Amino acid sequence: MKVKVKYFAVCREMFDRDEEEMELPAGAVLMDILKRLEEEWPEIPEYYEVMQMSVNWEYATEQTELSDGDEVALIPPVTGGEDV
Amino acid sequence: MFKITNEVITPDEVIHAVKAEHAGAIVPFLGIVRNNTGGRKVSYLEYEAYPPMAEKKMAEIAHEIYEKWGLDQVAMIHRVGRLKIGEVSVAVAVAAPHRKDGFEACKYAMDRLKQIVPIWKREVWEDGGEEWVKPDPVYFNRNLQLEGKP
Repeated sequence: MKVKVKYFAVCREMFDRDEEEMELPAGAVLMDILKRLEEEWPEIPEYYEVMQMSVNWEYATEQTELSDGDEVALIPPVTGGEDV
Repeated sequence: MFKITNEVITPDEVIHAVKAEHAGAIVPFLGIVRNNTGGRKVSYLEYEAYPPMAEKKMAEIAHEIYEKWGLDQVAMIHRVGRLKIGEVSVAVAVAAPHRKDGFEACKYAMDRLKQIVPIWKREVWEDGGEEWVKPDPVYFNRNLQLEGKP
């Protein structure tokens, strides 16, 4: 199956792309994407604590199962608004 | 109204969006680009969003406000792109029958926005440095609990 993976802010800069299609085996979960990305960027586990992921615009956990056509995003800590 | 925009934010937009005959109070909030961060002079800010998810999360915050206070008139607009000092980055308005609930709900809306709405801010300073802003730890909302992490 194919999923779309989107990268934002610091993640976009680290991976030098804003989105890509990823081919995954049936039954894959979010952690499988992280493992794939770890091959490219071995330090990624250090960011697990502060990073979130979403599937189809909803926050998800590492064990969330993926389906063909899903839109996944790597979401660094959010900082919208102003610190007032 | 829940919107991510590249355009200049007009505060009237959120106020008009929440007007209702039963509302005796409208509490607006504007976030403004400040000229310094902890004393370091800011040159400009850049905001980035994941628009469809951001707008969905804003709508969820409005629903939370409805459940907590019974208020059904909430509007949120957040701007993205490059913003100059003094420009409006975010506008929120909540309408309520009375001001107390309106103030509380408006504060809640901004607090939640900073927790769950996927928007990021990069500060570019006058000294040439730049950085994606990390939130105050109190705002961390660790939905993602990965292996080997507490």
